[in-house]
Amino acid sequence: MTDPNSPPASLSEDVKIPESISGLEPVRSVRSPIKLVYDFVPSPPVQEYLRSYSKKKILGHRSPVDGAVFVPPRGVDPRHGVLIEESVELSDRGHVGNFCVTHLPIPGRDDLDIPYVSAWIHLDGANVGFLGLVAGCENDEVHIGMRVQAVWKKEEELGNTAENILYWKPTGEPSVPVEKAGNRAWDQPNE
Amino acid sequence: MSAELTAVLGVGQTKYSATRGDVSIAGLCREAACRALEDAHLGWKEIDAVVIGTAPDFFEGVMMPELYLAEALGAVGKPILRVHTAGSVGGSTALVAASLIQSRVHEKVLTIGFEKQSESNATWALSLPQPFSVSINAGAGGYFSPIIRQYMSRSGAPELIGCMVAFKDRQHALKNPYAHLHQNDLTFEEVVDSPMLWNPIRYSETCPSSDGACAMVLGNEVSGDRAENPVAWVHGTAMRSESNNFPGRDEVNPLASRQCAADVFRQAGITNPLKEIDAVEIYVPFSWYEPMWLESLGFAEIDHGWRMVEDGTTSLSGGKLPVNCSGGVLSSNPIGASGMIRFAEAALQVRGMAGDHQVDGAKKSFGHAYGGGAQYFSMWIVGAEKP
Repeated sequence: MTDPNSPPASLSEDVKIPESISGLEPVRSVRSPIKLVYDFVPSPPVQEYLRSYSKKKILGHRSPVDGAVFVPPRGVDPRHGVLIEESVELSDRGHVGNFCVTHLPIPGRDDLDIPYVSAWIHLDGANVGFLGLVAGCENDEVHIGMRVQAVWKKEEELGNTAENILYWKPTGEPSVPVEKAGNRAWDQPNE
Repeated sequence: MSAELTAVLGVGQTKYSATRGDVSIAGLCREAACRALEDAHLGWKEIDAVVIGTAPDFFEGVMMPELYLAEALGAVGKPILRVHTAGSVGGSTALVAASLIQSRVHEKVLTIGFEKQSESNATWALSLPQPFSVSINAGAGGYFSPIIRQYMSRSGAPELIGCMVAFKDRQHALKNPYAHLHQNDLTFEEVVDSPMLWNPIRYSETCPSSDGACAMVLGNEVSGDRAENPVAWVHGTAMRSESNNFPGRDEVNPLASRQCAADVFRQAGITNPLKEIDAVEIYVPFSWYEPMWLESLGFAEIDHGWRMVEDGTTSLSGGKLPVNCSGGVLSSNPIGASGMIRFAEAALQVRGMAGDHQVDGAKKSFGHAYGGGAQYFSMWIVGAEKP
């Protein structure tokens, strides 16, 4: 086997550096951070979704094919390629479908103390989950199927954003069985 | 008309390491390409087309690398294509290259996967804030940790199975001179005592950040027959994809993974993968994905994959189905190359050219890659004999 640390034969010739720069320290890397600022124009269903947050409401979309409810609403059922027009108002209660105890800080979220729990929150009446922070209990008390409820910002701080929900706290209700928690509760007819 | 028989004529890899400060991305790719051409005993002029793959542009901030790399890869005056399917890209790049031979469009194709993670920040490139949701997910580990937790919950696997996979793959890596991590003195206790990053994933159970490139020269049947070194014949190729969040999704065992495996095994005429496959290279960036994919791919019964880890079945030291003899993604992870390394290592096994990590007498082997939120799958089966 060839030595992985020596260059391939066809690349083994010495590189000739022009005399004008031959005595200089080589540049090994140049750090050039990239920032992209853009205007996000939400689709009509997402506009409705974000606006409803300011009234402490969470909207979903119900599929005309099999009644599955998506949150956030995107205006389509991606499984079947059909438009969705029916909005449904969802509860601000649900269960933890699954979760991660994260020990790494996230850029732009200096407010999060690590370790923190990020969880897939499955709202009552919805058939997919979305990500949310779980707090209000010890991290090692969080479990799959745990019932949770939204903790909202104060009225005067509400905006058109999902960030109106500060975190999700345990309700103390009996847990959802593991086999019925998360996306698993929905039978998959196209198997 | 049936597909043209396709052979792997040459394989080239760079030494994987945290930082290859001595070369540019172009230099890195050229190094792997030159080695693959030397292995194939071919020159640049004999290549008809070049197919490259790398991870999202966000990682290194190099937009459209296929334009910048065309000259360094001898592609001027020839077709050059760039493939993109997130982490599975190395696998799907090889399959796009293979399809150019199978379809008789070209006779010899050079394919390269690469990544220079030292010039990027993959974790945060994967954690971009979205206006319609809260910014809370920390990189790939944050995404896969809940899925691993779900597997542990439903399979009842002992808690340290993931550590056993990590320790096994790092032992395998010691036999592969190209592997990034060569941890000679690593103990199992050190793997277990490693800090939690994304509970239940420990630091020791994650892949490293690597610089590296992997290349293959693929050829048609005539090229395979004429090759000086042994070749690997392609017996089956398949790709599938699915959305990452829909009602009823089985995140642990995605439908697209099962469909892809069924297709590739059918093409290769394999009905009992555990018995008929001699060596396996699967994409395991987090340790628990070894038993999870063994089940999804049909090498193990559902919820029993962890037993193959526990009883040593997947170890190169006497196991019945050695998995990731190269050390796997857990020992080297230049993301855009990682899938192609799996495919190339599968080819090296059936060519009998895997060196110290060779599985004795391997006749058929399996290469696998996945990407996105376990959404993209690419797989191939290669053999020492023609199909």
